[in-house]
Amino acid sequence: MAKLKSLMNVFRQESIWISIISIFLGLLIGAIVMLIGGYEPILAYQSMIEKIVGNPYDIGETIRSIMPLILTGLAVAVAFRGGMFNIGVEGQIVMGSIGALFVGYFLDLPPVLHAIVAIVVGAIFGGLWGMLVAWLKTSRGINEVVTCIMLNWSALYISHIVVRMFMMEEGTARSKLIQDSASIEIPFLIQWFDGARIHWGFIITMLLLVGYSFYMNKTKWGYELRAVGSSKHAAHYAGISVNKTIHRTFFISGMMGGLVGTFEILGVFKYLAIAPTTSGLGFDGIAVALLGMNTAIGILLAAALFGALMYGSQGMSFGADVPGEVIRMVVSIIIFFAAAPGMLRVLFKLRRSTRRKEVSARGNDSVSH
Amino acid sequence: MEMIAFLINGTFVFATALIFAALGGLITERAGVINLGLEGFMVSGAFTAGVVTYYAEQAGMAGAAPWIGFLAAPIFTLLFALLHAIASVRFKANQVISGIVVNMLAASSTFFFVKLLFDGAAETPLLHNVFSKISIPVLSELPFVGVAFFSLYPVTYIAIALAIIIYFVMYRTPLGLRLRAVGEHPGSADTAGVRVNRLRFLAVLAGGMIASLGGATVTLTMNSSFTFHTISGQGFIALAAVIFGRWHPIGAFGAALFFGVAQAVKDQIQVVEAAKHIPNEIFYLLPYVLTLVVLIFTSKKSSSPAALGVPYEPGKR
Repeated sequence: MAKLKSLMNVFRQESIWISIISIFLGLLIGAIVMLIGGYEPILAYQSMIEKIVGNPYDIGETIRSIMPLILTGLAVAVAFRGGMFNIGVEGQIVMGSIGALFVGYFLDLPPVLHAIVAIVVGAIFGGLWGMLVAWLKTSRGINEVVTCIMLNWSALYISHIVVRMFMMEEGTARSKLIQDSASIEIPFLIQWFDGARIHWGFIITMLLLVGYSFYMNKTKWGYELRAVGSSKHAAHYAGISVNKTIHRTFFISGMMGGLVGTFEILGVFKYLAIAPTTSGLGFDGIAVALLGMNTAIGILLAAALFGALMYGSQGMSFGADVPGEVIRMVVSIIIFFAAAPGMLRVLFKLRRSTRRKEVSARGNDSVSH
Repeated sequence: MEMIAFLINGTFVFATALIFAALGGLITERAGVINLGLEGFMVSGAFTAGVVTYYAEQAGMAGAAPWIGFLAAPIFTLLFALLHAIASVRFKANQVISGIVVNMLAASSTFFFVKLLFDGAAETPLLHNVFSKISIPVLSELPFVGVAFFSLYPVTYIAIALAIIIYFVMYRTPLGLRLRAVGEHPGSADTAGVRVNRLRFLAVLAGGMIASLGGATVTLTMNSSFTFHTISGQGFIALAAVIFGRWHPIGAFGAALFFGVAQAVKDQIQVVEAAKHIPNEIFYLLPYVLTLVVLIFTSKKSSSPAALGVPYEPGKR
């Protein structure tokens, strides 16, 4: 009973309502846009849902597209809780995939070990790329937002150069395939889901989600991280090494990003494509963390929502002839409202009980280049 | 020698879009609002220019069509600039997130509109009337400098003029002083009677509109159509130029030119035999790495506006 009551109390918090109203408004505005464009929004959303849960394959693929969002959401959230802004997840993803690709393509190891080594190397690549941001912040005082942007694009072009120089598949715009021994597919689940690309990253992601909650709330490092996020000066005064915490946090955050790239290489694509831009998953992670209020459960739900929406959007163009971009619009509108809760307060006259201080107030602090 | 003249010419061609976008970003950031939405503003400008020029062509306005498209870009982009201004200035949302939302929304909605307007096509129809380089009489016939400086797209001259105008306004007029004050020390500006948030709001709008001209430039000079990769990263390079140019109009202008060189070299170097083995991407990589290097060596004496990224709330110290 007490459990139920505390569950109900969650809905008393304004922040929950801001998330829910944002989602609702996003979908509503998406529908209005479709109406204006002469499409049928009901049919569109219907075919979207059919695409998400229509058959085992689609369910599996929906799950597959949710996974990276959980990880990027966690990556952004870890930094957010420490009062830092990691918009460099994009680049960390790319570095992770470079690491995994190198190990997967060049090393010869027995099956399971090969995959493990590739995952570890991918994660470390991402982590180090993230730590570079932290190092530039603490030692040179450069704002992380600026470094992240520069490093995102740097990582992208480095990946092009590396692929072109070492493992270009002739006649295509992608690298050679990794060896089968590095694959992390789960064959029986793939069969179950009619060929949807389910991989071990799924399990690792879920463990990391639980681990995140534990790390934040039950460990010394997590406590230090939150202390630094609340007030750097207070944390310093309390004897916490602020710089060390920043480095550690960005390493962890970068590792999550690196894992996204790693899993995409080892479990899904098996190659690295030469793409004109980065994946955008890192930016989606900001949306996930923001909407999920940096909590493990929130991130899971937000990632599930965005992942399902984005995967389902493919169904819209088939089923209702609506360009899938409308879902990207819906997602950005949701973040827009979630990021500016003041707007919803004005619109809906919400009570000013609990503020979303984690993101809306803190993300801006200390942003000077 | 001739190659250098072509290189300078190419630099201006590539740099023009960056100059517009960097100047737009500069105005916003000097007023104290982070502008990560430059990419989105450029996308919106490129889209508007592509669509409006196309319809103007259909309406039979051959030579005037690109100009109409060029001028329509800032008008449509006002919509996205308003979003950024409302969220980050009026409602004090996180300015970085607000900028990212602008990018996402601009990208998704413009592609949506392209598909809507052109029956599911992934790009706007190829434009027949775009800007062509104009040769300034007499001057363009001079050896070397003629090719290098006096045979450029008309928008390039507009961009150069705009940089000078913005420099003048920013450092020689009361408005400029207020703008800088609002970005450096909004509290003092408020005490002196400046309406801080109103000025910031207007600065975001102006910045977005100017940045959109950069996107329009890409469509109307280099691409002749708008598609999903027309703008890929130029907005971020422009932001790098603002930082590289240390938040000064002439500095940002110079930085944009400098990054333009990297792009122009890429085109010219294909001719040189030895360079064939260098992956092209080195030249794409250059602006970002250089910006980082400059930041590493100059970071100790920060030159960013002091109140950049901090929403202004009257009465709060």
